[in-house]
Amino acid sequence: MESYLYIALFAPLVGSLFAALFGNTPKKLFTGIVTSGLLGVSLVASLNLLYYVLTTGNIVHVNMLDWIVIGNVNIPFGFVVDQVSVTMMVVVTTVSTMVHIHSIGYMDHDRSFNRFFAWLSAFVFSMMILVMSDNFAGLFIGWEGVGLCSWGLIGFWYHKADIEKSNDIEKSPFSTLSPYSSISPGYAANEAFIMNRVADLAMLVGLFLIFWNLGTLQYDEVFAKIGGLDHGTVVAIAIFLFIGAMGKSAQFPFNQWLANAMEGPTPVSALIHAATMVTAGVYLVIRANEIFTIVPEVGYFIACLGAFVAIFAASQALVATNMKKIIAFSTLSQLGYMFVAAGLGAYWVALFHLATHAFFKSVLFLGAGNVMHAMNDEINIKKMGGLKAYMPQTALIMTIASVALAGIFPLAGFFSKDLILEVAFGAHAYIIWAILWITAGLTAFYSFRLVMYVFYGKENWSHNKEDENYQHPHETYSYVIAAMAPLALLAIVAGWFKAPFVEMITQKLPELEIHVSSMTLWTLILITSAIALSGIAYAVLRYNKKGTYWSETFKDRFCYKLLANQYYMPHLLENVINKPYLALSKFSWKELDMKLIDAIVDGIAKGIYGGGEAGTAMQSGNLSKALKWMAIGIFVLLILVVAFSNLK
Amino acid sequence: MIGITLNDYLILSTILFMIGFYGTIRRKNLLMLFFSTEIMLNAVNIGLAAISKFHGDLTGQMFAFFIIAIAASEVAVGLGLLILWFKRHNTIDLDSLQSMKG
Repeated sequence: MESYLYIALFAPLVGSLFAALFGNTPKKLFTGIVTSGLLGVSLVASLNLLYYVLTTGNIVHVNMLDWIVIGNVNIPFGFVVDQVSVTMMVVVTTVSTMVHIHSIGYMDHDRSFNRFFAWLSAFVFSMMILVMSDNFAGLFIGWEGVGLCSWGLIGFWYHKADIEKSNDIEKSPFSTLSPYSSISPGYAANEAFIMNRVADLAMLVGLFLIFWNLGTLQYDEVFAKIGGLDHGTVVAIAIFLFIGAMGKSAQFPFNQWLANAMEGPTPVSALIHAATMVTAGVYLVIRANEIFTIVPEVGYFIACLGAFVAIFAASQALVATNMKKIIAFSTLSQLGYMFVAAGLGAYWVALFHLATHAFFKSVLFLGAGNVMHAMNDEINIKKMGGLKAYMPQTALIMTIASVALAGIFPLAGFFSKDLILEVAFGAHAYIIWAILWITAGLTAFYSFRLVMYVFYGKENWSHNKEDENYQHPHETYSYVIAAMAPLALLAIVAGWFKAPFVEMITQKLPELEIHVSSMTLWTLILITSAIALSGIAYAVLRYNKKGTYWSETFKDRFCYKLLANQYYMPHLLENVINKPYLALSKFSWKELDMKLIDAIVDGIAKGIYGGGEAGTAMQSGNLSKALKWMAIGIFVLLILVVAFSNLK
Repeated sequence: MIGITLNDYLILSTILFMIGFYGTIRRKNLLMLFFSTEIMLNAVNIGLAAISKFHGDLTGQMFAFFIIAIAASEVAVGLGLLILWFKRHNTIDLDSLQSMKG
């Protein structure tokens, strides 16, 4: 089994290095094929490991090589395949294989085709390290690795110029009604990277605290010893680790980077900013569940924050017309759901939702990619419409994914999302439950708002070549659809494997304890399904009747502007953090650096140079003068000798 | 009568050295420069011989001989060069010797 582990881990790295060899050369189709093939190999190896863990209940644990060995400190490069990591591995490799194949079609005309695949496979490798490591140090390496690859992929089209900031809600890069997701891809990439660094600092502090108090970073040793620490220390560790998770999973107040990361190519959004990397925070909480179980108050805070983010993001998706941002907000909202489950101690439910969400959200993004590809990179859903006739397969797949996201029986989202609501109700967190319940309705509504605007109704574009909004929509390549089909299928059936999943995962994670009668349970399921269905029904019926929603009525009201401007979060960040920081940096540059440090360094150089210039007068070439200088020199040396001999 | 002590010799030596030194610095005539250098060398010789005598050690006098020999050969070479210079430039003024000016 160990060889499968190594194959699963290193196949993406080989692919990445191979594609990187051709990084600066024009498009070569085989880089895409080779990386996809190696990802497929990794997928097969992961499935093999899943089968092994599922059937035997054993875990695979290898110590590849020593890394840091100093005195009593021993941090190896160790990898573990247990019930949790094997689930993550299968999810990551499945989604990434399909995204790789999809990208061959999506990046078809891009001149940096090879570079794209190098980054994408490097990302998968980092993600595999993150989920497979058997210690916090390895996890942190993967954590930073995915951050780096995310930076490279968000800023993939780094050559695009900055967008002017504007107060016009249709043009401002801060608004979800404009076609721009951020000021520029480079800006969005840096924003994501820097925001994550801030959160990672807290995570590092958490890791240092663990190491300081326990002297190890190995999961099993840490979890065995964590109970012996005093309560305050564990609370501090849990909080710092969670702040790290907040950054990676874009929880409030680190949420802004995720929506802006939509500047990257759409397959990247599907893989990194929906299915895998952003769930790393959830994975951390699940992995460190022994720590979070000891401090339920931190867990409760996590759940509250998760519920807040769930509705906070879902409400923004209600008015957005930027297609990718709608899906991004939906991702954020679903991450909130996962944190509610994890915070309330239902770790495997969080993992379950993570897996189902990965399938339907990635395919939703890939569908959005198809639409944008067909519509010449148009991103405004109000400029689409009626596309079902031109791209029926994409329409079907996206509808399936949206139904799954809304949580309708018997698709994947139903099983996992419903379970989270049950957990919230069972933990007597009724306010959280109510928030999540409303969010479920909103989720259903905005998902179908998107589907209706894009695929149904009248065509808001023109067939006429002379027109400004001329479009020539067409279905994408058949292999791209073929790559999306497995994910769409999983979006339908993933929930059906709940029973074997529960059996496997509870060997590692704590079992669920919900003390509600089956009567209440059925009522909960019914009313949750009811609100989801009514959300869909409302979206469909109103669109069929009027062809639009409330935007015309509401567009001048404050609440609409508030949502469209993302609760003025970008403005707030701009004015409270960016501008003062810029002013501070300018002050340091102009006053401290140039006037103080530069002046000293320059002064030394100028002094020496000036001295040399003045000293050339001595070099007159006149022997008599040279002799005089020599005499003066001897005289000075004599004085020095006398002076210093007297000093002693 | 007070005998001549080592100090007197050394004072003589210093006075001679200072005269030579002054000449080296002030004189512009190359020939005079040689004279001044000779005075300085002989001032040192007096010092060496005197100390050697008063300490009863012959090493100092030996050194004085060496210096005389080297000074003689140096002057021989130097005067040769000087004559060559005079033939070419018709002057032995130090200020005319400036071909090394940077």
